[in-house]
Amino acid sequence: MAALMEAQLPLRAVNNKIRVEGVSRRFPSSHGGQLAALENINLEVLPGEFLCIVGPSGCGKSTLLHLIAGLDRPSAGEIWIDGRKVQEPGPDRILLFQELGLFPWLTARENVEFGLRQKGIGRSERREQAGYYLDLVRLSQFKEHHPHQLSGGMKQRVALARALAMQPDVLLMDEPFAALDAQTRDLLHDELERVWHEIGQTIIFVTHNVREAVRLGDRVLVLSYRPGRIKTKFSISLARPRHIEDPEVASMSKKVLGHLREEIDKSVRAEFHHEQFA
Amino acid sequence: MNNLRKIARQVGFYAVVLALWQSLALLKLWPPYVFPTPASVFEALRIGFSDHTFWIGIGVSLKRMLVGYALSVILGGALGLLLAQSDFLEQTLGRLVVSVQSMPSICWLPLAILWFGLSEKAILFVVVMGSLLSISINVEAGLRNVPRIYAMAGRNLGASGARLFLHVLLPASLPHLVSGLKQGWAFAWRSLLAGEMIFVSLGLGQLLMMGRDLNDISQVVAVMVVIILIGFAVDGLVFRVVERNLRRKWGLSSAA
Repeated sequence: MAALMEAQLPLRAVNNKIRVEGVSRRFPSSHGGQLAALENINLEVLPGEFLCIVGPSGCGKSTLLHLIAGLDRPSAGEIWIDGRKVQEPGPDRILLFQELGLFPWLTARENVEFGLRQKGIGRSERREQAGYYLDLVRLSQFKEHHPHQLSGGMKQRVALARALAMQPDVLLMDEPFAALDAQTRDLLHDELERVWHEIGQTIIFVTHNVREAVRLGDRVLVLSYRPGRIKTKFSISLARPRHIEDPEVASMSKKVLGHLREEIDKSVRAEFHHEQFA
Repeated sequence: MNNLRKIARQVGFYAVVLALWQSLALLKLWPPYVFPTPASVFEALRIGFSDHTFWIGIGVSLKRMLVGYALSVILGGALGLLLAQSDFLEQTLGRLVVSVQSMPSICWLPLAILWFGLSEKAILFVVVMGSLLSISINVEAGLRNVPRIYAMAGRNLGASGARLFLHVLLPASLPHLVSGLKQGWAFAWRSLLAGEMIFVSLGLGQLLMMGRDLNDISQVVAVMVVIILIGFAVDGLVFRVVERNLRRKWGLSSAA
């Protein structure tokens, strides 16, 4: 029996990059009870897969990413990466925050160098690597600018370069393009797809934009509204490179949106109720 | 161009102030031992600097400031750090610190004299008590108000413990720290002069009181001018420059 269980462990490592097992996360709510943000999430992500997660606001999408990043602990269940249990943040998985979290006291280059410095990489090598990744996101001309001197799309790219420079196996992206105008977003979709194609890391990309999810993902998960459960899983087998205006992307999005609509209605009703009676 | 205009405005303003002062003095509404002329104050300044009494006063006062302020920064910084670490300390010791800080620092002087006698230590004690608490309050506020996202981003990128503190929390709270240091300096300066005026001690405060004892209004005003100029120089040449650089780097709205 014991031998059998041991034999299963390496198998798990080979098949999945990320394995989320029965994960729940509850927060204490304002009126003393508990709010279930996520309930019994089971999920496997393949190495090099681009997984998108959509759901209404308040469905626990961000919470799930924070849990995988190790910045938060599940109330129940476990998360495994390469067969190792997630206990704390690690350089193998980097989260791109919705608010970016660029350090305003550092230049773009120094922001990208930050993680490399924590790894103990020397000054000249740091500089070289930061240069490479800023080049990759086409920002080499703005290396010495501080974040406040950059546009929204440029800041977004600095954050992306900062994450990529860590050479993470897993890139966790929390609505990274939500605050951008449509053109900049399209451009960054192309760049992200190109970088992912070149480097081949595993990406989990959270968004509330179904089109974006279908345009980018190999798979799209729909999460339900409070508590967040996995409602439906879609495989997106459209050819790459894709474009957000492709008719195939549009018709697939329609299908996904059908499943999401119900959850959005629930979330809107709940928020309306909250406003009325809070 | 813009700068020139600013300077011209300021020069013009002080010329008008001097002219008004001079005309008031010429009206002879008050006797000259109550209301000095600009000329007599300049004369007092000239004499004070040429016979070295002002230089000695400035030297003694600034030395006390530097020693007292350095102690305040070290002790106040440490206390602020401690208060930022624990909610328990913040709710107990932290509240006490805020209440004690509301007391004018010169109220420490009687205690200081009882403890240390009429000595250098007593004056330093008053300076330190005057600025230490305001520095610690600002250090604590700075550290506590660091947006959570910076700490999360730092941890996410592999910083923890002392490195997280040094590379993220400390720089992130820098704007608060600088205003705390500035406030601490101002409090220390006020405490020092109040203390120096009360007991014989060389220093600018004593020069001020000496002017009163000699019934020499020109010396009193001359020393006041020196005290104002020193305050202006430290604020303008040190803190303002640091703040301006910080604001430019961070892209904060430029107040002033």
